[in-house]
Amino acid sequence: MPVRDKIETMPRQELKKLQSERLVWQVKRMYERVECFKTRMDEKGLKPEDIKGVEDLHKLPFAYKKDLRDYYPYGLFAEPLTNIKRVHASSGTTGKRIVVGYTENDLEMWANCVARMLEGIGITKDDIFQVAFGYGFFTGGFGLHAGAEKIGATVIPISSGNTALQIQTMIDFKATAICCTPSYAMYLAEEIEKAGVKDQLSLRVGVFGAEPWSESMRKEVENKLGIKAYDIYGLSEILGPGVACECEYQCGMHVWEDNFIVEIIDPETLEVLPEGSTGELVFTTITKEGFPVIRYRTRDICSLEYAPCKCGRTHLRMNKPSGRSDDMLIIRGVNVFPSQIEEVLINIGEGKITPNYLIKVDRVNNNDTFDLEVEMSEDLFADDLKTIALTEKEISEKLRSALGLGVKVHLVNPKSIARSEGKAKRVLDLRKI
Amino acid sequence: MIVEQISVFVENKEGRLLEIAELLASNNIDISALSLADTDEYGVLRMIVSDPYKAKDALLAQGIIGKVTDVLAVSISDEPGGFAASLKRITENGISIKYMYACVSHQKGKALMILSVSDLEKAEEIVSSNKDDVAPTEIYRLEGKK
Ligand SMILES: [Zn+2]
Repeated sequence: MPVRDKIETMPRQELKKLQSERLVWQVKRMYERVECFKTRMDEKGLKPEDIKGVEDLHKLPFAYKKDLRDYYPYGLFAEPLTNIKRVHASSGTTGKRIVVGYTENDLEMWANCVARMLEGIGITKDDIFQVAFGYGFFTGGFGLHAGAEKIGATVIPISSGNTALQIQTMIDFKATAICCTPSYAMYLAEEIEKAGVKDQLSLRVGVFGAEPWSESMRKEVENKLGIKAYDIYGLSEILGPGVACECEYQCGMHVWEDNFIVEIIDPETLEVLPEGSTGELVFTTITKEGFPVIRYRTRDICSLEYAPCKCGRTHLRMNKPSGRSDDMLIIRGVNVFPSQIEEVLINIGEGKITPNYLIKVDRVNNNDTFDLEVEMSEDLFADDLKTIALTEKEISEKLRSALGLGVKVHLVNPKSIARSEGKAKRVLDLRKI
Repeated sequence: MIVEQISVFVENKEGRLLEIAELLASNNIDISALSLADTDEYGVLRMIVSDPYKAKDALLAQGIIGKVTDVLAVSISDEPGGFAASLKRITENGISIKYMYACVSHQKGKALMILSVSDLEKAEEIVSSNKDDVAPTEIYRLEGKK
C-alpha cells in the first residue's frame, strides 16, 4: 500500500529532532497564551527556555482533567476565537463538556492524519465511503469525513443509527468502505446476515474505533461482512479519530509522531516508564494550534512498539489499550463517568435518593446494555405503582440528558447494593471484550 | 371509616413475599387484608395489619421499605348490587378511586372493602352518613384511626 507523506517513513533520529523543535515552539506559545499552562509551569518553577527538546518533556506539568472543566468552554484555547473554525465537545467527568477548538491548520492536519490512515489501508479515490460515525459534537463523523474527502473518495455522510437505511444505502450506493463503532459494526453484520443480503454488498474494508473491541469481534465482523477490519484510536482532547491507526499489517496502531509525542507513565507515581513498559498513555500535541495540550493523561493503559514496521513507517505503534486507569466506562461509544450519575441522583428531589447505585454493563448480542440499580428510599416510595413508575422515569430521563445515553433504571431494596468500606461498589462491567 | 394501611416495596426476587410474611408473623402482627400490585421489576404490597407501625419498623430493620398511609374502609352488603351501590355513592360525588381490595369480614352478610381515594375526608363523610354502612369496628381486628 502507498505511503501518503514522506514524513511517515522519516528516520527516527530526524523525527526526534523535528519533535524537539516543535515541542519547544509549542511550549513557548502556550506559556504566552494559555493562562492555565503558565500557572502550572510557574508552580513548577519552569520557564519555556528550560525545555530544549523531547528529553525535557518529563519535566513539564501534566494537563489535568480538572483544568479542562474549570476553563470551560474556551479558557484553554491558544488562539483567539476569530481563528477557530470549528468546535467539538466530549463529555467530561461532570455535567460539563470538554470543548475543543480547531484552527484552519488544525483541520488540515486532522484531515491529513485521517487521510494517511485511509491510504495506509488501501482506501483510494475510487472507494465509496459510508461514514456511519455520528456527526455532531462527537469527532467521529466529521473526522473520517474530512480524511476520506482528502483522498478523493466518494463520501456518504449518513451518520450513525437507522440500521435499515444504513443497509439499504450500502447496497444501493455500492459502498466499498465503512466506518463506525465496532459494536455497531457487529450489529450491522448481524442484521445483514438476518436479511440475507450479504451478497448484494460491495463492501471490502471497514474502519472501526471509539470503543474497546476484541480480536474475536474483529474476526466475526470480517467474516460476516466479508471485509477487512481496521482499528483506529483517537480522542477529541487530542484531535479525534486519526491520532493513531493500524496499517495493512495490523500490528498495533501507528501514532503520527510528527504531530504527537507519546509517553507511557506509571499512573500511581507519574514517572515515565522505560520503552516497552505497559502503563498509562500520555499525549502531547506539538503542532495543534487551537486546543493544544501538553502531557494529557488519556487514562488508557497500553504499551508502545518502537521497532520499524513491515510497512516501512517509522512512527511508533501503540498496542490496543487493555484497560483504564480511572473509572470511566465507554458504553456504546459514549464516555460515562460514575460521578456524572452520582450528580444526577443527588440532584433529584434534594436528597430523596441515597447515592448508592450500581452500574451494570454487559454486552448482549454485541450491543452494550446499560442498567442502573438505585436503592429505594422511604421518600421515593409510594403506595401506588404509578407514582413509583414516574419517579423511575424521572431518573431515567435526567440520566439520559446528562449522559447522552439511554439507561434502564431499576429500583431495588435499600442496602441491597454491596458496600465495601462503607462505599457502594459502583460498577459491574460484565462485558467480555 | 379511615384506617391505616401499610404498603411495602417488594423487589421481584424469589422469596421476597415469604420473607415479609414470616417477618410479620415472627413479630405477632396479624394481617386482615392484602393486595399486591406489581410490574416485572417490583411490586407494592398493601396490607391492613394489627399494628402497622410495628410492622414498618420490623420490616425496615431488615432493609424493607414500608409506608403507613390512610385509606378508607367501607363495609358493604354481601348481596347482588351491594358493592355497586357503595361505589356509586362515592364516585357520584366526584371522588376517584386509585385502587381497592377486599378485607376479611367476620360479620355475616357484610363484606369489607379497602379503598384508596382522591379525597379521603369527603369519601369518609359520604360513607359514614349512609345507614347501610356498618361501623367497621365491629369487624375483625380492624380499629378505626383515633
Ligand atoms: Zn505499519
